[in-house]
Parts: sequence; structure tokens; C-alpha cells
Amino acid sequence: MHAMNEQDVIRVSGLTVAFTTPERSVEAVRDLSFHVGRGETLAIVGESGSGKSVTSLSLMRLVEFGNGRIVRGDILLRRRDGSVLDLAAATEAQMRTVRGADIAMIFQEPMTSLNPSFTAGDQIAEALQLHQGMDRAAALAETLRLLEVVRIPDAKAVRGRYPHQLSGGMRQRIMIAMALSCRPQVLIADEPTTALDVTIQAQILQLIRQLQQDMDMGVIFITHDMGVVAEVADRVMVMHRGDKVEENDSDALFGDPRHPYTRALLSAVPRLGSMKGSDQPAPFALLDMAQKGGAPMQAAPQARTARYDQDPLLKVDKMTTRFDIATGVFGRVSHRVHAVEQVSFDLYPGETLAVVGESGCGKTTTGRSLAQLERIRGGKVTFQGQDISLLRGNEMQALRRHIQFIFQDPFASLDPRVTIGYSIMEPLLIHGVAKGREAERRVAWLMEKCGLAPEMIDRYPHEFSGGQRQRICIARALALNPKIIIADESVSALDVSIQAQIVNLLLDLQRELGLAILFISHDMAVVERISHRVVVMYLGQVVEIGPRRAVFENPQHPYTKKLMAAVPVADPSYRHRQHSLLVDEIPSVVRHVSDAPQVQPLVQVGEGHFVARHAVGVY
Amino acid sequence: MSAHAPAAAKGAFERRRSRSWSKFKRSPSAMLGAAIVVFFVLVAVFAPLIVGFDPAQVSFTAIRKAPSAMHWFGTDELGRDILSRMVYGARASLLAGMCSVLIALGVGVPFGLLAGYFGGLVDGCISRATEALLSIPFLILAIALAAFLGPSLVNAMIAIGVSAAPLFIRLARGQVLAIKNEDYVQSTRSLGASNTRIILRHILPNVMPALIVQATIMIASAIIAEASLSFLGLGLQPPNPSWGSMLNTAKNFMTQAPWMSIFPGSAIFLVVFGFNLLGDGLRDALDPRQEH
Repeated sequence: MHAMNEQDVIRVSGLTVAFTTPERSVEAVRDLSFHVGRGETLAIVGESGSGKSVTSLSLMRLVEFGNGRIVRGDILLRRRDGSVLDLAAATEAQMRTVRGADIAMIFQEPMTSLNPSFTAGDQIAEALQLHQGMDRAAALAETLRLLEVVRIPDAKAVRGRYPHQLSGGMRQRIMIAMALSCRPQVLIADEPTTALDVTIQAQILQLIRQLQQDMDMGVIFITHDMGVVAEVADRVMVMHRGDKVEENDSDALFGDPRHPYTRALLSAVPRLGSMKGSDQPAPFALLDMAQKGGAPMQAAPQARTARYDQDPLLKVDKMTTRFDIATGVFGRVSHRVHAVEQVSFDLYPGETLAVVGESGCGKTTTGRSLAQLERIRGGKVTFQGQDISLLRGNEMQALRRHIQFIFQDPFASLDPRVTIGYSIMEPLLIHGVAKGREAERRVAWLMEKCGLAPEMIDRYPHEFSGGQRQRICIARALALNPKIIIADESVSALDVSIQAQIVNLLLDLQRELGLAILFISHDMAVVERISHRVVVMYLGQVVEIGPRRAVFENPQHPYTKKLMAAVPVADPSYRHRQHSLLVDEIPSVVRHVSDAPQVQPLVQVGEGHFVARHAVGVY
Repeated sequence: MSAHAPAAAKGAFERRRSRSWSKFKRSPSAMLGAAIVVFFVLVAVFAPLIVGFDPAQVSFTAIRKAPSAMHWFGTDELGRDILSRMVYGARASLLAGMCSVLIALGVGVPFGLLAGYFGGLVDGCISRATEALLSIPFLILAIALAAFLGPSLVNAMIAIGVSAAPLFIRLARGQVLAIKNEDYVQSTRSLGASNTRIILRHILPNVMPALIVQATIMIASAIIAEASLSFLGLGLQPPNPSWGSMLNTAKNFMTQAPWMSIFPGSAIFLVVFGFNLLGDGLRDALDPRQEH
């Protein structure tokens, strides 16, 4: 057994974890060693399948519930009373006294990690009663204090609410309150902000950092987001396929990455501000991981693809989409969801227009309305001079050829029961464009264009990785030679290196085929890379629209400014920007029928740059 | 690259079919199920070649005789050979089981697909009607329908099939509701696909697994229901045998002549078991995600 440094709260050495199925045994983590000191934050980063989550579950010995087994190594933990326990050899009874008390964990999905049948207060109080032997009254009083510690406004009211009555950010605060209730020595945060909006993410990261200082805990922060790493970590450990490839101080790692994998990973990370001074989108300069030393992959030349000299392809004029909420026996409409409120913009050939905003801002509904997946309630949308709301039947069909949609989740958007070849071919068959040999040739061509080997034509979706599936979806969207592609969060579910490849693919395709892309995303850094112009949405309205350079370098609307400030930048030197402690939430877009929001025309502030000056939500 | 791609694409659909079949062949339980079902079907088809006795031949010298070298499965209360009656009875029972379930699927699935896919008024009408039918016990409904149609095996099968249909309507509707909001259905719609295409090409195959499982279970109920109808004189007319009707009479002699119930009962059990294995095997073989 290795000796434990006085400052360390946890020291892992030679940890190997295997998963055994009847057929074979797979080592998910190999010979891993690291340590975390008191008050220190270690970030474990890696892409999916790197073993980072398995590592965290092993520390809690929860990995055994998923058929995993710790094969070798020890995990020394300094408990609160100063004694040292090897968790790898501890009994289940010992582990029960460790979990929640000495090591606590926060999970990724605040939506599912709280029990929906109990109030937030009850769930925190339960942990207190269990581990600290408090009586009910004392536990409830302590709960109130904890909710205030995690900066929940109006803590008393929140204590009595059920999870579904709370926003994602609130729920994650409650999870943190629960995790901290027993003053743990080590806090494991497994992608705690991945499911949250960027402004909420900034609040949660700040909160974790603040609480760590107050309580002098060791924090193990697991994430795939290099921006978050730069924001929180003292030291960083990079994992790749179960191995530690590099470990270093945060500043050193970002400043001078040693391992080719780390370098390739960092080359794929979009950094907000990296496009300063440039008007055009630019592909990522990716490093090839397959080659020694990470040879740069050839980057496509920059080109001006946007044709502002031509008429706009799509003119959106005061488009409004609302959803009725019916209540009562007779289904009377009492409230409406004002998903999209009088949104106007133009889309030019060869242009990428990004729509950004946080959840509930109406960006997805905007895209879905344009793809005719939702019914437009008001306003006018014209495609090449035709009013699309007037189209029916065959004309509608014909229009759909020109506007194609790529969904967020590449796992859900392919029918699992048909081959990918058929999926890509289907649009050709639907519109009678090609069939038989000709259709097959076109499918093979599309697959090659999108970086897929045509030999894979008869495979099923489950045989592909996430990035490959998104390529399949793109190939399918391109089958009919569309003029417009609507990409709804199409790269958000992918690992960074894959994300960068898909962004580069979209830029290549735009250059070759002159596509107009409506790029819907919450990720400001990716948007900065890919777009010519940007629309910022908030509560269903456009609050700012303009050339990308103008919006990013000179944001005018307070919401845009806040959004930019909240984006974590993959550079530790940005870290010490002083934030004020934020707790504000995004207001609801559900309104009473008699209370429609007021929308006024935007005010011009620069060339093609418009901003809302009327009151929207809290601004 | 693109030169040999068409060849690959041409093979795509053939490979897919042969892959399902080879997956089915590799599953021992599916093959066992298929063997059982095929065995009973062969027995039913070649009944006259298999047995030496006339199934309707009454013999007052051989009433309720235990199994012997002469009567392998014994004789019944009228001295008829049970083995012969079972071999001939396989015809009625298999027909009743399979046809009524096919009728139930044929009636239930289209309505279920329509109700689930279109929702609104269509769903309202179909669902209310389904609920009304479901509120009447299955057997009572079948008896009423059979009485209305007149006594015969075909009418009994129709009655059973129609009575079982609401179950399939509800099951199919529920499955469609879940599947129609999947991204792949939405994305096909955004490509401009017609409703017919979406329903037949993308929704139906994804609804099938649940339906196959339910259908194989339903076969057992249908065999028993046919027996009840025959017992009431609404199905197969005596003295023609079916397993169900044999069981029905046998239950009066449970203690004196247990063989009268054991053999037909085992036959029903075996057939249902066979169909269940076959159904599970089919479900797995048709699912490209299951690789074994």
C-alpha cells in the first residue's frame, strides 16, 4: 500500500477496472493513478468511451452495480476522522458509511436524479437524517440553511416544491445542496453542467468553486468540455480509451500540451474570441491523431460563399408560432406558449445564419416552423418569392425538397430497422427523383461526399458511431440537392473532435454546393466558427441580429452580452474574470391568453446590425 | 469507389433477408418453436395417414379405457380413441388459433395505426368504440357474435377474431403514439414522405415486435375460446373433434379418467409454447439491433 501524503484526501494507484460479459472481458480503465489534495480541483477530461465516468463510479464503488469489477489497484481515502481507508478493499457495509458522507457525487441529469414523488426539502432532509442522525425538525432547519448556501432565492418556498416545479438550474443546486449536506471530503461532479444552459452553467460552476473554498473539499470534476476545465481545474488529467495520456497543472496543460492526443483534442476545441478580426467562417485546423506528433490535416481554403448580391432565398417576416394550452372539461384555451413571436430575418444563398439562445428561447421552434413541422400562426415566410403558408399538397412536397432539416440526436433520427443506404435513398424515392441503379449511384456519391465509405451502405444505424450517424443524416439531407439546410443543434451531442469534423464538413459542403445553412445552436464558440450572420433569440423574440463579427465583437443587447460572458473559454488565463454571483432564471414563455407580449421593430446600430430596444423579459 | 458501390447496394436487401434468416437459424429456441409448430401442422394435414381409428367411431366396449398398446392415449366416455381424436382435432384447433388471431390482427392493427397516427377525432371515435368493446368480457362478446353469425367453425373463428381485435387496437395505438414522435419519423416527414409511406415503412415495422408477442399469447386464448364456443354448440359441430371440446368433456371425468384431459391439455400447452418460442425468435431475427 502506498503511503498517503498529509495533504491528500484521495490517492488512487494502479486502478484497473474491467467489465465482464459472458463472451469477453473489457478493461475500461487501465493502471490509473492520481491524487487529489484538500481544496484542490482535479478535472478528468476525455471523450466518450475514455473511461472517465467509470473512474468516478469506481471511487464510489458503484461500478459493481453495472457489472464492472475493480481488478487491481487501491483507492485510499482520508476520512473525516483522519483515518485512511482503502475503498477498493472496503466491504459494502463500510462503503455505505462512506458514500454521501465522505464522498458525495453530483450527476449530469438534474432532471432524473431527483425523485419526482418527494419535495426537494424532503430529499435533502432524508440524507441528513440518514447520515447525521438528526431528528426531523433539525433536518428541516438544516435543509433551509443548505438551500441558502447554494443561493436559492426564496429557500423556504423551494423547500416545499416538487422537482417538476423547479428549473434545471434549481434542481442542480438542490443536488449540490444534497451532496454537500454531510460536508464530504471529496466531491465528484460528473458532467454537472452539461445539461444546463450556458448562463446557468456559469452560475453552477461559480457556486461549486465558492463552496469548495468555504469547505476545503477535494473536487474531482469530470467533463468533456475543455472550456469548463479551464474555468475550474487546478490540475487536469486527460484520458483516452481507458488510459491516462497526460496529467499536468491546468496552465501548463493548456499552454504546452505534451501528448499528441491532448494536442489534437485542444485543436478541436472551439474557443470564443478565436475569430476576432475576421468576417468569414473558418474550418478548424485539426491535428490528425492517427499520425505521429499530430500532423495538421489539410484545411480547406477560406472562401466567400455568401451571395448577398442575390435575392434572399428565404424571407421570414414577423413569423409567429404559438402552442395552446387547453384546460378544463371543455378544453378552453387559457394559456399559450409563445414559442416564436414575430421573428423576422432573411437567409441568402451560400450563407450560414446562426440562431443562438438558451433553452426555451424559441430557436428550435423557429427551425421546425420553417421546415413545416409546426404550423405557423402568423406572419409570412417566402421561399424564392412563394408564400409557403399558402402551399398545399404537391406544391408543399416540392418545397420540402429545397428545405432540409438535420436533427440534434443522430441516434434517434435514423430508423433502426432500415439500412442506412435505404435511409439515404428514401428522399429520392419519395420525390421520384431516381430509382434503382441511378439512386444507388447517387447514394454512393453522397456517402463519399460526407466522408463515409460506400461499402457501408447495407449496414444498420446501430453499427455506427455518433459522428458517422450525423454524417449519414447530412448525406440524407443532401440527397435532394436542397437549397437550405436547417441544422438544429446538429453538433451538440457529439464529442469535440467529431464536432469539429462535422463543422468542417458543413463548411466544405457549403463551399462546394452553395448551400444556405440555418445553424441553430446554444454553443457560442461553434457559432463563431461557422456563421456569417447571427440571430440572438430570447423568450421567442429576436433581440439582436447582425453580421457575426459585429455581434460577437460589439454586442449591443444586454442579453447578448450576458450570454457571451457566460461562455467558458478554454484558456485558464481567462479564469479570474470576476463574476458577480448570479441566480437569475429565464422567465417563462407561457402566458395567459389576454397577455400577449409586445414586440416592437428592432433599432439599427450598425451596417446590417439591429437590436431590440423595447423591454423583453427582464431586460 | 463508386464503381463497385452499386453492387454493394444491390446486395443490401438480399443480405438483409438472409441475415434475418441465418439469425433465426442460429437461435436454438426459435428453431425448437418452429419445429413444434411444423410438427403439429404436419399432423393436422396428414391426419388420415397417421391414425388407424375413425375419430367418430363409438365403441361401448371400450368406454374410458386407460392408455394401452391398442389405444395409446386411452379412450373417452363414448369409447372413441383419444389419439385419433387429437390428431384430427389438431385441424380445428390450429385453424381456430391461427385464423382468429390473424383476423384479430387484420382488424385491430389498421385501426390502431390510424388512431395512434392521426389522433384527434379519428382517435376519439376508434378509442371510444374500442373501450366499449373491451368493457364486454371477451368470451361473452365472442358467444354473442357467434350466435348472431350462426354455428360453424368459420363463424366461430370470425367471432373470436373480432372479439380479440380491441386488444390489438389498443396495443398498436399505444406503440404508435410512442414511435410517431421519434426523430426518425419526424425527419422522414420533413423529407416530404406521405402518411402512407411513414406508417407502412417506418411505423409498422417498429410496432411489430410488441404485436408478435401479443399474437402468440393470443393463440392460446383463441384455442380455448373455440372450445367454449364448440361446447355451447356455436363452433365446430359434434362429433368432429377439437382439443378444446375434448378438454371440455374431460373435465367431468377428471378423477376417473385423467388421461382424457392430460393429453389434449398437453397438446394445447405444447402448441402455445411452440408459437411463443417462434414469436420471440421472429421478433429477435427481424430486429437488426440484436446481433448474436
